[in-house]
Amino acid sequence: MSDLFLSSVFEQNLALSFFLGICTFLAVSRRFESALGLGIVMIVVQTISVPVNYLIFQGLLVEGAWAWVGLPEVDLSFLKLLCFIGVIAAMVQILEMLLDRYFPRLHHALGIFLPLVTVNCAILGGSLFMVERQYGFAESVVFGVGSGMGWALAIVTFAAIRERLKYSDIPRGLQGLGIAFVITGLMSLGFSAFATGGMQ
Amino acid sequence: MKQSLAYLTDPLVKANPITLHILGICSALAVTTSVSTALTMSCALTVVLVLSSAMISAIRHHIPTAIRLIVQITIIASLVIVMDMFLKAFAFEMSKRLSIFVGLIVTNCLILARAETFARQNPVWPSTLDALGNGIGYGIILLIVGTIRELFGAGTLLGFEILPLVENGGWFRPLRVMLLAPSAFFIVGFLVWIIRSRRPEQIEQPEFRILGHDETGEA
Repeated sequence: MSDLFLSSVFEQNLALSFFLGICTFLAVSRRFESALGLGIVMIVVQTISVPVNYLIFQGLLVEGAWAWVGLPEVDLSFLKLLCFIGVIAAMVQILEMLLDRYFPRLHHALGIFLPLVTVNCAILGGSLFMVERQYGFAESVVFGVGSGMGWALAIVTFAAIRERLKYSDIPRGLQGLGIAFVITGLMSLGFSAFATGGMQ
Repeated sequence: MKQSLAYLTDPLVKANPITLHILGICSALAVTTSVSTALTMSCALTVVLVLSSAMISAIRHHIPTAIRLIVQITIIASLVIVMDMFLKAFAFEMSKRLSIFVGLIVTNCLILARAETFARQNPVWPSTLDALGNGIGYGIILLIVGTIRELFGAGTLLGFEILPLVENGGWFRPLRVMLLAPSAFFIVGFLVWIIRSRRPEQIEQPEFRILGHDETGEA
């Protein structure tokens, strides 16, 4: 379990080794505070959505899930994309309402990031990986927490580097997007170094 | 006619969805370890993009604004499911290699962005051309990155040996790092650099200007 956790945070980091959520990763990392806000939202949503999607997939979609009503041959797993997206969108909406009701200040601070998370491929990708790698319930909880934390760690670190970068002298064509890619590449090298060292 | 041509050619280099708008990068980098996966992915994405743009544009007057995102995502997701099943049926090996990334076309920001910014406000024909242009522009970048990574990472192109490998008696020792994630970031970064050096109007202005030794801030 702890292996799975550590590998989903570092070695198999969704952003840096599977390129998931990179669009948001590059767009929302100009300020450290907003990166931190988005990171926290990602951890929360990923922690809830992967196990919930696991339950829905096993309970309703997988082949034989409808055996108890006498339909053992029904296989709805092709609907998983639509279901997962629906679950994620609904959950983000509920989370938004809960935050608005009980933590209005936090809701105000996170405001624009919540809807963004719905179309973040890291969330959908996490759920699809859970199906493809055939995780059990406990594993899917650990994977959800770990991959969310890994993504948050990556974007917070990246934003911190990017803030310092404003004062550096970069070739003109490389400014902005170009240098952001190069830094992400370097960070990806750093994170993948955990694959061989220390973790055994 | 000229206008229609512009819809098609603008997104190729000038307003390329990947290098200028940072759209759809998630899947773009993951599938570029070889040319064949890059090619399959670009074709799959282009088909989904063209069909979804045409459909959304065709029903644009009937979608209530409040629920348009849900409608758009449902259309896109249905198309992606069809595409996924098509690949599983006719190219099973390829669909295994693309793993979850075909499914992730659903959340590819490129498709939703074209639906939101273009197809929602324009008639069917321009939307189709615009979608096709963006799909091809996306494909070009994917193919460039895929070619570089496969050529230097494995010495092959589309599975054929181009650079003779050491283990087969040649001279080329594959650069394994090209097949790992970081190289994709570097290659796209340098592609952006090349495009922006040729087209200076795309350069982002820095927030602070670095002053020389004898300059003062007030100047």
